[in-house]
Amino acid sequence: MPLPDKTCGIAEAIARILDGARIMLGGFGVPGTPFCLIRELVRQGQKGLTIIKNDANETGMGVDWLLENGQVARLITSHIGLNPRAMQMMNDGKISVEFVPQGILAERIRCAGAGMLGFVSDIGIGTLMAEGKPTVRVGDRSGILETALGADFALVHAARADTFGNLRYAASARNFNPLIAMAARHTIAEAETMLPPGGIAPDDVHTPGPFVDQVVLLPELPEVYGVVER
Amino acid sequence: MLRRAARDIRAGMTVNLGIGLPTQVLQYVPAGLAVCLHSENGIAGVGPVLDRVHADRNLIDAGGAYVSALPGTAYFDSAVSFAIVRSGRLDLTLLGAFEVAANGDLANWIIPGHLTPGAGGAIELAQKARKVAVITTHTDKHGRPKIVAHCTLPLTAPGCVQRIFTDMAVCDVTPDGLRLSELAEGVTVAQVIAATGAPLIVPQAPLPRF
Repeated sequence: MPLPDKTCGIAEAIARILDGARIMLGGFGVPGTPFCLIRELVRQGQKGLTIIKNDANETGMGVDWLLENGQVARLITSHIGLNPRAMQMMNDGKISVEFVPQGILAERIRCAGAGMLGFVSDIGIGTLMAEGKPTVRVGDRSGILETALGADFALVHAARADTFGNLRYAASARNFNPLIAMAARHTIAEAETMLPPGGIAPDDVHTPGPFVDQVVLLPELPEVYGVVER
Repeated sequence: MLRRAARDIRAGMTVNLGIGLPTQVLQYVPAGLAVCLHSENGIAGVGPVLDRVHADRNLIDAGGAYVSALPGTAYFDSAVSFAIVRSGRLDLTLLGAFEVAANGDLANWIIPGHLTPGAGGAIELAQKARKVAVITTHTDKHGRPKIVAHCTLPLTAPGCVQRIFTDMAVCDVTPDGLRLSELAEGVTVAQVIAATGAPLIVPQAPLPRF
């Protein structure tokens, strides 16, 4: 019984995304950011997007392209300090930004991906981060209720994929990718290398194929994926 | 200050260093010291920084520096990375500060309307590392104290800081208040008091110098 083939062209994959979609993006800085999928989203120009990503990349990269092109209405993130445009647009009221502590962002995404409604944590008690969140008592401890964070789409960058959508990431390019891959209703993965089924040994799979809906093979990797000149 | 802070990193520890001054402490940690550096983006066992020619495009630390792997390095996703933090596996974190208060309150993630970088992983690091130390210049670029009686900026975490390293002194947060514990070479107690925005407990005995 062969496993389904989910390979797809990049334009066709991104064309499923409509205006107003909630989109999760992988990546922590450059590693793991799906630049080619984002570039295609810029080319197609869907508007009013909610972007969920650890950070807003840097000037001239990834999320910054979407901001520059006026496609983002809302950003849910942990840190935008390396993107002056994102901070300016936030302070000018041009985009709304929800800051989430990094590990809570990861866990809320993981929670959605695991089919759960939420969890209780003590992170951020006594700070702005806890404001407006219900408090919950667990035994003799007090916590805050964190809700699961899902999305319509997840755009993932993988080092290797097979045609069924099993994925493997490289080094610190893993970060949020395996979490968002589980948390969206439709997950699109771009891969540097596409292998036949079995090309990634079963024990070596990071994201199992059932979480992935479409896999796009990247052509030669654009320069933006390379080592950044500072 | 960097050299003094490096002395608090001891063999056997798992340590997370914040972006900026905290990471610069590394240059004073002896190369042979057995320490596991954790990075929020999913690395335990961060190795030395590499130049551009030797960099691996997939391997950065949370500050964006190209780093290397060591024998025994592990990579993991961001949920696992913060499971390490929240479950108390970090022995020490060194963080930067906009303001730090005498009671250990820390503000280092937002100056509303002006500088709005966001907290990244700092809230969990500040709240959950077993020991939290701040490393900062004693005053800001306008000469105003960064150590204050009460933080005016939104907090990263209340009451989290145990020790403060500055270019003038080492201060410890105690139940009785902020204690002056060590002095930098050439700095007087009076100068530290003048540059500090909170009352300081000054021990009778001569203070160690660094």
